[in-house]
Amino acid sequence: MNYLNENIDSLNKKLASGDLSADKLAQDTVANIKDTDKKLNAWITVVDDAKPAENLDFSKSKLAGIPIAIKDNIITNGIKTTAASHMLYNYMPMYDATVVSKLKKAGATFVGKTNMDEFAMGSSTEHSYYGATHNPWNLDKVPGGSSGGSAAAVAGGQVVAALGSDTGGSIRQPAAFNGIFGIKPTYGRVSRWGLIAFGSSLDQIGVMTKRVKDSAEVLNVIAGADEHDSTVSTREVPDFTKFIGQDVKGLRVAVPKEYMEAVDGKMREVIQKQIDALKDAGAIINEVSLPHTKYVVPDYYIIASSEASSNLQRYDGIRYGYRAEDTKNLLDVYVKSRSEGFGAEVKRRIMLGSFALSAGSYDRFFRQAAKVRTLICDDFDKIFAENDVIVGPTTTEPAFGIGEEVSDPIKMYNNDILTISANLAGIPAASVPAGLVDGMPVGLQIMAKRFDEGNVFKTADFIERSNKFYEKTPTGMED
Amino acid sequence: MEITKDTIKHVATLSRLAFNEEELDKFTDQMGSIINMADQLSEVDTEGVEETVQVVDRDTVFREDKPEHWQGQNRETLMANVPEKANGYIKVPVIINKDEDE
Amino acid sequence: MNFKSTIGLEVHFELKTKSKIFSPSPVTYGAEQNTETNVIDWAMPGTLPMVNKNVYRLGIMVAIATHAHILPTTHFDRKNYFYPDNPKAYQITQFFQPLARDGYIEVEVRGKKKRIGIHEMHIEEDAGKNTHGTNGFSYVDLNRQGVPLLEVVSEPDMEDPEEAYAYLEKLRKIVQFTGASDVKMEEGSMRVDTNISIRPAGQKELGTKVEMKNLNSFDHVRRSLAYEEKRQEQVLLAGGHIQLSTRRFDEATGKTVLERVKEGASDYRYFPEPDIAPDHISQEWIDQIAKELPKSPFDRYDDYVNKFGLKPYDANVLLQTKESSDFFDAAVAAGADPTLAANWMNTQVNGYLNDHRVSLNDIKLTPEHLAEMIKLIKDGTISSKIAKKVFAETIANGTDPKKYVEDNGMVQLSDTSVLAPMVKKVVDDNPQSVEDFKNGKDRAIGFLVGQIMKQTRGKANPKMVNKLLNQELQSR
Ligand SMILES: [Mg+2]
Ligand SMILES: [Zn+2]
Repeated sequence: MNYLNENIDSLNKKLASGDLSADKLAQDTVANIKDTDKKLNAWITVVDDAKPAENLDFSKSKLAGIPIAIKDNIITNGIKTTAASHMLYNYMPMYDATVVSKLKKAGATFVGKTNMDEFAMGSSTEHSYYGATHNPWNLDKVPGGSSGGSAAAVAGGQVVAALGSDTGGSIRQPAAFNGIFGIKPTYGRVSRWGLIAFGSSLDQIGVMTKRVKDSAEVLNVIAGADEHDSTVSTREVPDFTKFIGQDVKGLRVAVPKEYMEAVDGKMREVIQKQIDALKDAGAIINEVSLPHTKYVVPDYYIIASSEASSNLQRYDGIRYGYRAEDTKNLLDVYVKSRSEGFGAEVKRRIMLGSFALSAGSYDRFFRQAAKVRTLICDDFDKIFAENDVIVGPTTTEPAFGIGEEVSDPIKMYNNDILTISANLAGIPAASVPAGLVDGMPVGLQIMAKRFDEGNVFKTADFIERSNKFYEKTPTGMED
Repeated sequence: MEITKDTIKHVATLSRLAFNEEELDKFTDQMGSIINMADQLSEVDTEGVEETVQVVDRDTVFREDKPEHWQGQNRETLMANVPEKANGYIKVPVIINKDEDE
Repeated sequence: MNFKSTIGLEVHFELKTKSKIFSPSPVTYGAEQNTETNVIDWAMPGTLPMVNKNVYRLGIMVAIATHAHILPTTHFDRKNYFYPDNPKAYQITQFFQPLARDGYIEVEVRGKKKRIGIHEMHIEEDAGKNTHGTNGFSYVDLNRQGVPLLEVVSEPDMEDPEEAYAYLEKLRKIVQFTGASDVKMEEGSMRVDTNISIRPAGQKELGTKVEMKNLNSFDHVRRSLAYEEKRQEQVLLAGGHIQLSTRRFDEATGKTVLERVKEGASDYRYFPEPDIAPDHISQEWIDQIAKELPKSPFDRYDDYVNKFGLKPYDANVLLQTKESSDFFDAAVAAGADPTLAANWMNTQVNGYLNDHRVSLNDIKLTPEHLAEMIKLIKDGTISSKIAKKVFAETIANGTDPKKYVEDNGMVQLSDTSVLAPMVKKVVDDNPQSVEDFKNGKDRAIGFLVGQIMKQTRGKANPKMVNKLLNQELQSR
């Protein structure tokens, strides 16, 4: 089974009519993953004997019997969960993330766990203990990251929908690089219970699909209050599919000049074309400024790494995960297990975070970053007082080659400049395919004010209808 | 801001990470440039600006004081991943002093 | 040279909740290792804390009882350090915005009243327990991981070990009577760390602190501080200097022993806990808790002595624990005479508890039982001798005193119409006793009373019998 020309509605129709059985769908999906993953390496764990849930009701749940990919930093009871780290190479969870429980209730089928940058730290899915994932549009290019496995799995037709997580752009950037849609909801829209923490005040689980409406279907299921997560909102979750098929007349669209200036001519042209389409359809386009854009990268790296340095201290070789051999004493167990269990990028971030929080650095780094974060939030508040959405490029360039940037962390960090702000401000943001630049996809980023995913879906759906990017087949998947 | 090898060593100790001399030199350079990149924040005037450490729309979220063993978790399921255990305990090499090396 | 001491205390109280502070695991004592745990206590990847409301409630009680200012907005923070009993490798505590600040309690030392400041108090989670084996291994039990703690940090206001002792006693009593903690040092529900520095009289700047952790008893606190005062004095007099260090009190020798020297402040990399939103404590909630707050031991003492007329000694015995004071109050509320109730509590009830090594919670006697029994004594239904039998039965089996007395025919015989003929007959039958009485031999009455008691199997009201006998004998 290959999903290149499917969506949730088309599959639901086949399942409901009996043309396709959920069992067969599960088996064929696994078979196709095993076959195509020789090219992509998008998966860490594939559930060989994946079975659909029992008592599926195709009329009640659109997700009934639909195989969904889960990023490997989301906890799945009884399915190995590694966060792509040697540290958790053997970790078998005994509980389910809330998003997983909710998907189970909706009847989704679990076929496996997707590849990612270790502990979600990276923008290329090269920093994985399980090897790099390849971009379905060009197998020599990265799929982006950290949800690169989920993005490649969707773009490569292995599944129709995947969960990802986004701490600084980890859903949107790979969505852009792979020519698919990906949404990071508002911080607090989706429970983080069972999401392996990276930057707790920034992390959010989201959805990656080829079609915009499919993400709305999945977000409908996974969003909402949770007794296990006190940072998740209790406000009502609207039916996000209602925002599909609406027109954009009168929609107030802000375009930050700093974002447009961050990209080169070819890319700006593709992005501008999408903005023009909005304008032609009656949207009001306003050029705006996000004056603190220059500071978002350092701000993000201080905050995310500080939180990460603490979140990753529990991986100490004592209760679970990798434990070094030949240790003389307790300190040895800690130091050796951690030094051998974590990859280079993770260690870099732990070091940066520990430094930012350490005595003598706290005020200058962590506290200052928390204050600058306030200014970044203020910039957005001002724009959203007069605009419904912000649009611009998702990334500064299309996917780069595997191995090209891996040795230059600062260059790698600067790639995230356009996506990071949404995490710092906690606002919803998505990337929808905008077109191709030199044969590789680029994305249009859409942001809205907190808890206004509706306008994100509405805008993204309009773009999807206007450029019909979904009709293209990834060039790397042609035999 | 100059980042010395000693600073890196201290932070590595806090983080329970070890690097060999070669790695340490490389790390000192790399961390130095990352930290200097981060230090651009110092140029932002934040006088009187409040800190944002979370963006949540709730506060004072409490649980009632109801004890329960939930989700069928018992000691055996919880201990399934423990590398070394004995008689229902987690077994670790003998503990020296708590923060002696910090 | 004269020296001045400066002493500060940090006291941890385990708060009495049914479940842990951030997870619903039960809080029980003596459970088998690692059985009272769940994925949160184990710091499994992906887990998050959820705050137990009752922890705040109990903490606020103590804050009110110590006149502390409760912060309108509190926030949890992370204290990062690696240790096997600390599964997340950070402790969730309150560092930047604690529960309350600026409290105080008043102590009296050598007849002098003094106010000792409380710098702040914060709520936090306890760690698990490590048992150190002799085989080169330690063993970790996470049952205690996540038990709620309230840490009360004093100002360095105490100037000698006696003041420290008095502060601790008073603090323990206050916390105990809020019901927020069991305050048992021997069981670890109250744990004391001290720090002490000395400086030459007249010098403004404080000396270098020495810390002592996890002292086992109030007495150890006093003795270790007294020892440290002397030791530090000798070091300074000999021209030495005090090292910033942690020392341990050795019970056997009564000396303190160096554990380790601190190179500098520990680097715990505190930062705000991003997984828990800020907590806003409304004045309404504080007012409501203040209303529910049990009466303080000092108000109770006042009632006992001034309202009920108890002797100070008896009042203090009752106030030794909240349980006994609550029991007494309930008995009085059920109608018991306070003086009699206090006597019974402090002699018979305490005697029983000591003999059987049990606590008030374990026995079957209720305050209502005690009140009923005292009423039976006061209205002459039973004698105090019978009362002891009734008491023994009720405390052992929970039998209702009134029912027991009735069922066993123990009601005292006070009816003149029954007793008078018996008296007449006994006097008639014992002419020698009449003679003795006339000759002034008092024991004749004793003999005759004994006869009546024998006939009534002890149920006759002795006062009444005496009165009737006197009348009868005088009439002859
Ligand atoms: Mg402390
Ligand atoms: Zn403490």
